[in-house]
This record gives sequence, structure tokens and C-alpha cells, in this order.
Amino acid sequence: MYRSQFISSRGNEYFCDIDEDYLTDRFNLTGLNADVQYYQHALDLVTDVFDVECEDEMRDHIEKSARHLYGLVHARFITTTRGLAKMLDKYKKGEFGKCPRVNCGTQHLLPTGMSDVPGTQFVKLFCPKCEDIYNPKSSRHASIDGAYFGTSFANILFQVYPALVPEKTTARYEPKVFGFKMHAAAALQRWQDNKREEMIERLKAQGIDNPFAMDDDGDDEGDLSSGHEPMDIAGADDL
Amino acid sequence: MSSFTESDPLDTVTWINSFCSLLGHEYFAEVSEEFIEDDFNLTGLQSQVPMYKDALEMILDVEPDSDMDPEPDEEDMDDDEEDVMRDEEGYRIDAHGFRLPRGRSISDQSIIESSAELLYGLIHQRFITSRPGIQQMAEKYEAQHFGHCPRVFCNSTKVLPVGIYDTPGIDTVKLFCSSCMDVYTPPNSRFQSVDGAFFGTTFGCLFFMTFPDFQITPQGDPLNLASTHPIYSNTPYVVLREPATVTRRDSRSSSLTSASAPTVPSVPQIPAEWIPPSNQPTTINGTSTGNLAPGLGPGRIHEPKIYGFRVSERAKTGPRMKWLRMRPVDITELDEVGRLGNDRDEDMGDQDATTIKTGKNGTKTATAGQRKKAAAKSRRNLPAADGANGTGQTAS
Repeated sequence: MYRSQFISSRGNEYFCDIDEDYLTDRFNLTGLNADVQYYQHALDLVTDVFDVECEDEMRDHIEKSARHLYGLVHARFITTTRGLAKMLDKYKKGEFGKCPRVNCGTQHLLPTGMSDVPGTQFVKLFCPKCEDIYNPKSSRHASIDGAYFGTSFANILFQVYPALVPEKTTARYEPKVFGFKMHAAAALQRWQDNKREEMIERLKAQGIDNPFAMDDDGDDEGDLSSGHEPMDIAGADDL
Repeated sequence: MSSFTESDPLDTVTWINSFCSLLGHEYFAEVSEEFIEDDFNLTGLQSQVPMYKDALEMILDVEPDSDMDPEPDEEDMDDDEEDVMRDEEGYRIDAHGFRLPRGRSISDQSIIESSAELLYGLIHQRFITSRPGIQQMAEKYEAQHFGHCPRVFCNSTKVLPVGIYDTPGIDTVKLFCSSCMDVYTPPNSRFQSVDGAFFGTTFGCLFFMTFPDFQITPQGDPLNLASTHPIYSNTPYVVLREPATVTRRDSRSSSLTSASAPTVPSVPQIPAEWIPPSNQPTTINGTSTGNLAPGLGPGRIHEPKIYGFRVSERAKTGPRMKWLRMRPVDITELDEVGRLGNDRDEDMGDQDATTIKTGKNGTKTATAGQRKKAAAKSRRNLPAADGANGTGQTAS
């Protein structure tokens, strides 16, 4: 079984198993023959009907093509209802990792591409809490083509399952020196906070509630380092 | 910095050496013995660290007992706590057959060991804010010992280890990226056992204040972001001032765009509103403009798209966190003091036409005078000047 072998092999943990029905429906593969070398052989290999004897070198080429084909079909499959459900399952289990940003807690991530064109950029991880994209921790994931997941998938998932959108937080890191905020960073953050308030006003005008958790709304209450007395400033001695 | 190596040429592996070479302790700088021996640097630590004296002796490799046998291997000590063994003379020995110092149980020894680590960490927190310490950390930073920012748009900016708290035992070490002004969890789980207080809240920020000339943005384009959008490439680009007219090839649009072949499609084009006006100051709020969060701002904010169409802010699942990664194109928007002054000037100009503008200092004194007048004036005709309190509110 090519597919089960493929998704269980090391480095392919982000991929889900494409349904056989989906893979054998030619409509779903429209246009891919232009992108994939040895398209027919690769498709045969992926659907386990490949039985041509060939040289090792040729076999390598076909296997590479098969991987590429699987990836491109994968990008299409994961935006379907079945595919979304499969990826959602992986997302809930945290198989794509957790957001490295401290203030996001351990928010689970989703794989995303920065471009839908293969060979442009490697796969990135999207955090639905801070809405930013990060590089995968391990190099074996960092070298997967981003087009195998596509730019739309992560957003479609939340369109389909809006209840899963995590609660946003205004908590953030404030650079401090001996307990005092650094002016340049603080000024930038005040400016950003203004932009946030403007956005909340815009949303309110459209009848949309404040998206941010109430407990850390407004002032710095939810901030990681606020309400904490600086322990000592003895390090200043030697400056 | 090199004092600790000179101090004991015979015994090459000091406690500090071995501590810093442990797995997971890669972020630590080697605190010089000079620094530890100065009691002033240790002020207040005695009350925080149990068995302070023994711990300090352990760090400095001072042997507390004259009849102590060869120093036991500390790393293996705590593993073998429960196996109390005795040699033929009745001394307690550890797993390697070393005699333990008399009068000290193995559990004492492990307390001292953990105290020593705590004490070293707290001294380390102070040391890396001192001149030799921050210098040593700068070398480690340059050598990329601390890794890179995981955020894509920071393009592998180097990070610094910091703590969220200065009190030990609350949270583990985090990595501060100066390009996005945010903190991240280290990618490797072995750092999950390193206390953040051993680096402290001050260090990350102080570092860039001490070395303002360090260029934060990495050289070139390590992540090849240029493949996704031309804004990330360092090649010359065309400014798209009038997106609709550029393709129309009329003389006006080509004079507005830059001189280098504006209609050639291979030259990357970026929107005009991303280009800062020419009057950008070199420093803003005490930081060099180029080093103030260069990883933020337009083009460096993730734009969620479905089949190429941007997701609207009004959508239930629309983007809500863009503010976190925003940075004004015109950096002077952050000059709060300057803007406050300007607002006041405009305000005064509105309220009293006789404002005398005589340079910066002159305006300020004039402003103060005018303000009193304006306030008095608004009090006199109160119903008309509703809400005009002489602050920036009425200036439109």
C-alpha cells in the first residue's frame, strides 16, 4: 500500500491519507499531468497498480514523481469535507506542533503554504491564535514543499468549523530593563494598541463583538510580566 | 573574561566549566571567578539560596574539608542518591567508589548541588548585565548559540535567551527576538528545564541598548522569502504609486514610478503606501530606526487568503491579530513627544491667532502662555466653546 506507507514514513507526519475514491476520480487530478513527470506511472504507483519492471534509476524518478503527485493531490484533498475532517483530527491531536510564541500558550498549529505554486517555499505552520506563520522546528518538516498544503487550507478549516477559532489574547511581551519599559518598544506597542482599538471600533460598527478575552481586555492585566515587582536591580552594580 | 582559566591552570575542568557544558546549559555564559568573589555582586543572594556557603564553595571549587577525597563527579551524584554504600573503613561512598565528605549525607550533597546551580543561575542573571558578561553573551549571540526566531517574517533573526520573571522557579528560559519584539519557547525540549530567572528580564533589552550598532536583520534572505513576494528581495524595485496607470504607459505614470524601466514586469513592484516618506529620522525614541522591530510592518504580516482572496476582517474567522505585527510606515508616528508638541502648536494656532512661532524653544514657552489664555477664554464664553479645554481635542 503506497499511501499508508507514505504517510507513516518519517518526515511525512503532516500528510493525511487521501481517500482512494478521491485519488481515482480523474476530475480531481485535472491539470496535474502538466506538473508531474511520468504522470501515469506515478499515479499507478500511488494507487498501487504499478507493475512495470524498470531500472532502479527510473524507479527513483517515478517515486519522486509519485511523492510530488501525492502532495499536489493532497493540497486539493484537504480542502474537501473528508480531507478537512481528517486534518482536523490531526490538528486536535497536536500533530503539527504547538505555537512557539509564549503568549499563545500551547496553541496547536496548522500546516500552510505561502504559495500554491510548487517549488516556491517550504511548508510553514499557522497559529490560529496569533495569526502568524512559523517555521517547523525539525528540519525534516522544514523541507516539505508548502504547495502540498496550499495557502487556503488553514482558513477554509476555520470557515467550516468557526467554533474552533481560539480566543484571541492581547497579552504580550514587554521588553523591560530593571523593571522599566523600554521606551522605543513601549511607544510601538502603544501605537499597535491604538490600531487594535480602532479595529475593535470598526468591528463594533459592524455589530461584531470584541474578539478579545475580557480578562485581558483594555489594560495590561493579562500581561505576563505585569503585577510583578522586579525582584532586584543588583545587576546594575557593575555597569 | 579569561580570568577563570588562568586561576587554576592545573585543574582544567572547574565546576563552572562542567556546569556550562552540560546538555541544556548551552545558553549559559561562564561567569568569571573574579565576579563571584566580589561579595558586592552577591548582595541579597544569601537569603534566597539554601546552604549558601557550601553552594558558593562548590561553584568556586573550594574544598570545604581538608580530608576530603578526590572530588566526586557531581553529575552522577544526584542519580545515585538512594544507593548508600560504604567502603571498608565505614565512609559513605558514591557509585564510583569515591568517599563522600564526613558529616554530610548524600541528600545534603544533592541539596548543595542544586543550591549551587540556583546560586550560579542567580549570579549569572547579574553577570550577563555586567560589562564582561554582556560581552561574552555578545560573542555567543554572534556565533548563533541561541538559535533563530521561528517566525517566518523575521527571516532567521538571531535571538537571545531571556526570562519572563526575575524570581527563580516560575518559568523556564525563553528566546527574545528583537525583530518582532516577542518571546518564543526554545525549540529543543532540553531547555525546558532551564530556569528563565537565570537570564532575567533585563538582559534581552539591555543587550540591544548596549550594542545599538548590531544589525538585527540578517544578511541576505536566509529563508528565501523573495520567492513569495518581491518586498523581501534586496534587488531594486519599482514603487507602485498608481496601480491602475502603470500598465497604461502614459508619460505621467512613468515619471511617478522610479527611473529604472517601470513597465518591465520582471522588476518587482511594491505598493507606494509601504514606502516611508523621505523625512525619516535615523533614530526614534532612542533606538536606531532600522533596528526598531524590522520584522514588523506592512508585508511582514501574515495575510490569510482563500483561493487568492483575502479573508475579510468582518468575517467571523477573519484576521484579528494584525495589530500585533504592525509597525508604522512613517516612523515619526511613534515620536509621541514630538507629536504632542505639534498637536499643541496646531491647537494654539486654532484658538489664538496671535501665537508667536519663534523656533522650537520659543514656541514651547509661547505655548504655555497661550494655553492659560485659551483656558481663560474658554471659561469666559463657556456655552460656545463646549469641550474646548485648551487640549488637543478641538484641533481638527
